[in-house]
Amino acid sequence: MQTLKEKKAKTHKDTSIRISGAEAIIHCLLAEDVNLIYGYPGGAIMPVYDELYKFQDKLHHVLTRHEQGATHAAQGFARVTGKVGVAIATSGPGATNLVTGLADAQIDSTPMVCITGQVPRHLLGSDAFQETDIIGISTPVTKWNYQITKASEIPEIMAKAFYIAKSGRPGPVLIDITKNAQFEEFDFSYSRCIAIRSYKPNPKPEIAKIESAAELINNAKKPYIVFGHGVILGKAEEQLKALVEKAGIPAAWTILGLSAMDTDHPLNVGMVGMHGNYGPNILTNKCDVLIAIGMRFDDRVTGSLDTYAKQAKVIHFEIDSAEIDKNVKADVAILGNARESLDLLLPLIKENNHDAWHNKFKKCYEEEYEAVIKNDLYPTKDGLTMGEVIEEINLASENKAVIVTDVGQHQMIACRYAKFKQTKSNITSGGLGTMGFALPAAIGAKMGAMDREVVAVIGDGGFQMTIQELATIFQNKTAVKIVVLNNGHLGMVRQWQELFFESRYASTVMTNPDFVKIAEGYRIEAKKVDDRKDLKSAVQAMMASKEPFFLEVSVENEDNVFPMIPSGASVSDIRLK
Amino acid sequence: MEKKWFTISVYSENNVGMLNRISGIFLKRHINIESLNVSKSEIEHVSKFTIVINTTEDWTRKIVAQIERQIEVLKTFYHTDEETIYQESALFKIASHLLFDEPQIQNIISGSKSKIVTVSREYFVLAKTGRRHEIDEMHDQLEPYGIMQFVRSGRITVTKSTMPITPIINEFHQS
Repeated sequence: MQTLKEKKAKTHKDTSIRISGAEAIIHCLLAEDVNLIYGYPGGAIMPVYDELYKFQDKLHHVLTRHEQGATHAAQGFARVTGKVGVAIATSGPGATNLVTGLADAQIDSTPMVCITGQVPRHLLGSDAFQETDIIGISTPVTKWNYQITKASEIPEIMAKAFYIAKSGRPGPVLIDITKNAQFEEFDFSYSRCIAIRSYKPNPKPEIAKIESAAELINNAKKPYIVFGHGVILGKAEEQLKALVEKAGIPAAWTILGLSAMDTDHPLNVGMVGMHGNYGPNILTNKCDVLIAIGMRFDDRVTGSLDTYAKQAKVIHFEIDSAEIDKNVKADVAILGNARESLDLLLPLIKENNHDAWHNKFKKCYEEEYEAVIKNDLYPTKDGLTMGEVIEEINLASENKAVIVTDVGQHQMIACRYAKFKQTKSNITSGGLGTMGFALPAAIGAKMGAMDREVVAVIGDGGFQMTIQELATIFQNKTAVKIVVLNNGHLGMVRQWQELFFESRYASTVMTNPDFVKIAEGYRIEAKKVDDRKDLKSAVQAMMASKEPFFLEVSVENEDNVFPMIPSGASVSDIRLK
Repeated sequence: MEKKWFTISVYSENNVGMLNRISGIFLKRHINIESLNVSKSEIEHVSKFTIVINTTEDWTRKIVAQIERQIEVLKTFYHTDEETIYQESALFKIASHLLFDEPQIQNIISGSKSKIVTVSREYFVLAKTGRRHEIDEMHDQLEPYGIMQFVRSGRITVTKSTMPITPIINEFHQS
């Protein structure tokens, strides 16, 4: 007798139809409301592509120019919509090219289902053409993975894949399907998965702990909120705002928490972490109650743990039990979805304000403004800064754009200065720091938010890692706006070399091609700005365009990003220069 | 924090790839698995991994949390040696002529509480169950006379306290 390990949703009709495994995959995707997938064909996945051809009016497949691009596009789509992104590839190199995207989605909790073709069942393990052990390879970077070797497994496994990818702390799932299973015919019927006995994605917050948290917050003199991706994933934006306003608590964000709260909200005090704002970092070590919501105390956020918020009582709202006490010991840990937890907490919170404490953040901001921000946003020197480009994008988009960033100096500058009014608008590779993320992610973001402007801000290094996706943009007429901030260097590494390796610029100087010509070669309208006087009109022209648009801005070659917490130092040791 | 021996008990679905997924968590933290045993458990269709590591309790707790996060893991526990009853098994293959040439061997066998599993003209096989140090002691005693083959199993453990898996499964069936 089969033991019950999963539960399925009840279906009204039991209409089983006899179809191939490949066709079943399409029906599973449609049943999960997927109508857009990214991928790249190849031998072992051809039966599925044949079905994609037949179903193209219902399920749109976007051909990226590299499988890594397909994963990042699926991630961009997932991050902007909150839905599961889907990428598909063939066996062997097709599958291994997904690995970076899987790792990125795993560490940044992004719901994604990747489907790979595999050599037929009878050839498994024989070193067949384009065979690779993608289950073995992807295990550490997936929330779950599974190899399907017969067609009859497809409905149940696909249903589990979607359930696992999007529930609890979301993450990537890889389903590997042998070619024989794609050809085999079987009686297909589908119902969604609603529970798995070994998986508890939604722990219920404990009331006693909520009460302890409320007591700490109500009695705090210098409370401080740090919020992360969990607020966005848990759809807790309104609850966060209500808590901040009711108790008058200054709130700062991690890089993935950005856009969960209006950047212009008076109690939004900025970014924590290595290149975050001065006050949010230095005052971490002055607060009396630290309220962490949907964040995981990443080392880039905390700096040295030995000197991180030691004076504070720590309240940790978190859905993943493995994150509790992993890096920072919580005095009160509330396991659960951020929205449910905050809904329970809010009625217990007393109205309050902490103006004197909030003023300390304002004072720090003034200091940072004089030392850093003024020069970044309104420079008086000749060379263009990355900050002034971001500021022009803010102005031209009225803070309404989706900003997709790559990794490095431009990412830190964009996240520091980009303004957001709407949640799910900041898309970046935070945990993994994947150069090459932004261009394909922007494709997915635009396709997921067709009514919004999507601006990809990329460095000259990262742009060349997935530059081939310009072809995807052209072929699909995806109206993304691409801004390459060209400083002729791998800027962040160069900055570290300057500060910590006595300016030995080992392999960080880039002799770049003519990017405008390259973009034009892909038939994308392109402009270059070398002079400040041309910047505003160029950004405005870009934002006004209804087509894809490429804008290269030559920025100062050796600018550094400040403030900065040197690697391994304390948040108190943040440097303004 | 002090390093100690910890026994981790993982109750999981019996699926292909589980061993890889679980062992990867130790690999990621650069922790050597000192002993590993996988068997059926007291619950039908549920596997039990018994893993022994030598590290701090803090790391053990974090590893356990990361194992438990795996989708097909039902529940994971960790215990110190004091909290468990544990045994290992070993087999010794020894040349039969030694029984006659080296009378001391008979004393070792009778003192070791081991069992003779099989005897042939060429060799005999001893099975010994006990704590690691008891098996090591027997090994050290026999080694000077020549051991043809030796093998020792992973640690198997039951705990003094309960490991409540059944309620988890019942809760799922009732919900």
